[in-house]
Amino acid sequence: MELNNRLLLKGNEAAVYGALLAGCDSYFGYPITPASEVAQTAALLFPKLNRVFIQAESEIGAINMVIGGSASGRRVMTASSGLGISLKQEGMSYLAAYELPAVIVDVTRGGPGLGNIGPEQSDYFQLVKGGGHGSYKCLVFTPNCAQEMCDMTMEAFRMAEKYRMPAYVMADGVIGQMMESLTLPEPVKYDYDPEWKMGRVVNGEANIHTSIYMEYDDLEALNHKLQAKYKLLQETEQRCEELETEDAELVIVAYGICSRVASGVVSILRKEGLKVGMVRPQMVFPFPTNALQKIVNKCNVKTFVSLEMSAGQMIEDIRLAIECKKPVHLCNRMGGHIPNCDEVCDAVRKIYNEVAK
Amino acid sequence: MSAKKFEIRISSEECKGCKRCVSACPKKLISVGKVINKQGYFAVTAEEPGNCIGCGSCFYQCPEPGAITIVEITED
Amino acid sequence: MSEKVKFGRSPVFFETFNRKPGVAKKNMHYCPGCGHGILHKLIAEAIDFHGIQKDTMFIAPVGCAVFSYYYFNCGSISVPHGRAPAVGTGIARSQPDSYVISYQGDGDLGAIGFNEFIQAANRGEKITVFFVNNSNYGMTGGQMAPTTLPGQVTTTSPYGRKVETDGFPMKISEIVNALEAPVYIERVALTTTANIQKAKKAVFKGIKNLKERKGFSLIEVLSPCPINLKMNAEEINKFIEEKMMKQFPLGCIRDNSETAVPYIAPPVIRDAEKVRETLFPRRLSEGVAADFRNESPIFDQELRVKLGGFGGQGILSLGKMFADMARLRNFNVTWMPSYGPEQRGGSANCSVILSRNRIPSPMISRDCDLMISMTQTAFDKFGHELKKDGILIYDSSTMKKPDIEAGVIFGIDALQIADKKVGNNKVANSVLLGALAVILEKKGYLVGKDVADYDKVFEEAIRECFSKKPQVIDANIAAYEEGKKAALENL
Repeated sequence: MELNNRLLLKGNEAAVYGALLAGCDSYFGYPITPASEVAQTAALLFPKLNRVFIQAESEIGAINMVIGGSASGRRVMTASSGLGISLKQEGMSYLAAYELPAVIVDVTRGGPGLGNIGPEQSDYFQLVKGGGHGSYKCLVFTPNCAQEMCDMTMEAFRMAEKYRMPAYVMADGVIGQMMESLTLPEPVKYDYDPEWKMGRVVNGEANIHTSIYMEYDDLEALNHKLQAKYKLLQETEQRCEELETEDAELVIVAYGICSRVASGVVSILRKEGLKVGMVRPQMVFPFPTNALQKIVNKCNVKTFVSLEMSAGQMIEDIRLAIECKKPVHLCNRMGGHIPNCDEVCDAVRKIYNEVAK
Repeated sequence: MSAKKFEIRISSEECKGCKRCVSACPKKLISVGKVINKQGYFAVTAEEPGNCIGCGSCFYQCPEPGAITIVEITED
Repeated sequence: MSEKVKFGRSPVFFETFNRKPGVAKKNMHYCPGCGHGILHKLIAEAIDFHGIQKDTMFIAPVGCAVFSYYYFNCGSISVPHGRAPAVGTGIARSQPDSYVISYQGDGDLGAIGFNEFIQAANRGEKITVFFVNNSNYGMTGGQMAPTTLPGQVTTTSPYGRKVETDGFPMKISEIVNALEAPVYIERVALTTTANIQKAKKAVFKGIKNLKERKGFSLIEVLSPCPINLKMNAEEINKFIEEKMMKQFPLGCIRDNSETAVPYIAPPVIRDAEKVRETLFPRRLSEGVAADFRNESPIFDQELRVKLGGFGGQGILSLGKMFADMARLRNFNVTWMPSYGPEQRGGSANCSVILSRNRIPSPMISRDCDLMISMTQTAFDKFGHELKKDGILIYDSSTMKKPDIEAGVIFGIDALQIADKKVGNNKVANSVLLGALAVILEKKGYLVGKDVADYDKVFEEAIRECFSKKPQVIDANIAAYEEGKKAALENL
């Protein structure tokens, strides 16, 4: 039987394909719009390979099942959206403290509160800055198409295991709900028996996982260890895509669905003769500081625009990355609105012309 | 013919002096001693440990894993 | 003369507790007279007896037993407050070789983690839960617990537990007994030697069930907490026997251990070839070769399609079929459904964009090349997005011909044709797709080889789109043919 590798999938579905291709053993999740197709697709596909699917009783139940699965040396994942991710933060903090890998897909919706099911990117702070208690961070991938939902989910497993930490795949309602054609990568060879597997006997003692350190020195040491890991990540694992930045006077920074809008804006404004470029972070932790530093140190660039579907969250990281050497303008929509190409063009044109004066 | 005997052995440094064993022993062999151990507790002692009948009551009443050991002695 | 230990330190415990801070490396950290140590010893003995130490995963809760991994030499994890049964579920399901013990106190199990507990019990997870009921919160210094007795004074019920406002003690074992799945439920007490022996039997049964994968076992243990309750050994036993047991009667509440059928999970399939076979679609005969490229110069630019109607007309499926046809012909394609507030009020719409290049935004708000409208409402909302030279296909059985400027305006009685000629009013969308085939050819979107296999691609898309409803495939194909026929006659 000849097999094809081209499919038409929703981003949410593509994440599950990526997980199975990456060797994910168990899915634990609670349904929530606009992430429910992740759970539904997992419910459909995981049992076909005798892998574990459990519809958890709650978001809290799901993330704690993830803790259990990961501690027992398995590749595990869950998915949710905004408010569900808020509920998971306790478990995320524990995962970070245990130094256990896991993949969490967040198909962000509108907030705060119950908000709505429309797309937003307002989970940026809770994903990128830690989100729960304690000084921890998680890897945050920001796919902008179904292909990347699949590929980045696979990569999230790899990185989460390499650095022993949880990894988010941060989509938004559009990336999750939209169907796109994509090419399935080949499944990874499965040989997964990690050293941190609970119960594995090392030097006569069975492996354990704990996050309670009664001695202050011990807890401080754990914190130093985690921070060193985050520093290493920030130094070595930044990922972004650049578009027409070489001679750009104005650089739009955008991720997820906003980067798709921004790429359209760049091509329209270039045709008008405006020197506009784009930096698209493919991960927002680690943040692509090096690329932005390189750009800000060039004499041609005059200003930056943070295009986001949140009230100015990523803009703080842009300012930090360029050390406030140039102004950064906010161009955003909230409440479930996706910035429309025309309105972004208008806003960018206005900023561009003011700066040019 | 071999004869079986039992003996209570108390590790006084592991005792926290809760006295659960004192009332549990059917032969009333255990009592609170007069010496304070390193942890600050009046540890129990067994006055005639050889009179133990090996029932295990004191062992199961004791919350510490190794404070009380009951040994079975076989004399040839 | 020879001697052997009849009762002594279990080999399941570490010989010295090196993980424990401080100098007392042989002792547990519990207060004098605490029931945890007694229960730990019973569990250790049962683990040893059943020979499962190597694969035992002991879950340490938040509560006094948070440091149980100082003592038990087996796999262990100290988990968030109350979440032990959820973590246990994750372990037991992901690693079916393991034996999961969840060890929890009143607050952990009965309050903050009650949902995780009761849901794991209801799923019948193959785990054994030890529930230590000592009528107060020990670790934090004796606050009120769900199990605190009426009138009982604690640091957060300084005037005694008031049933009018604090409710009554929660009878956890009886609550669990209302569920179908649990296999074994027993309440025991760590008081007299006789009761401790009964507790030992229950602990052994719980561990045996675990070993034999029988199902969910709960052993509720009434346990002395003499320091927090400010009692000595005799007083605390009396308190449990006379006060607690009135609220929490001892005994076996359910035991289906003998009849329960063990559950063994099937082995996980990881073989790469089997993964491919499961996830990768079959290549159908109608598909085009992997290197096929549509030759029409029209596709040098992206084709933007908006489809609107109301829910139930199949407008989203129509968009998906069109998108899938594009996918089968190796275009990059996006399909974006109505989303958020647009979904309400029965209206449905979607945007499809296809291109040989990367597609920027999948949203369409203007410059639409092709619009398919199945209702007047949809057209009123989106009509202005159509390009001046764009193509409009509308269902003339549901809306009137719009007065706009466009390249092609073509009305077809899609609903009528579906209903009268095909006998299925659910397939109006395929009638429209048939009409579209004719128009695309006439407008030069399909050239050379494209024209020949467009129909085949449609058929394949139909088969994929309705793979779960094969009975409607023929009706859709018939509708498509009728749509083509009507378009050829009327265009």
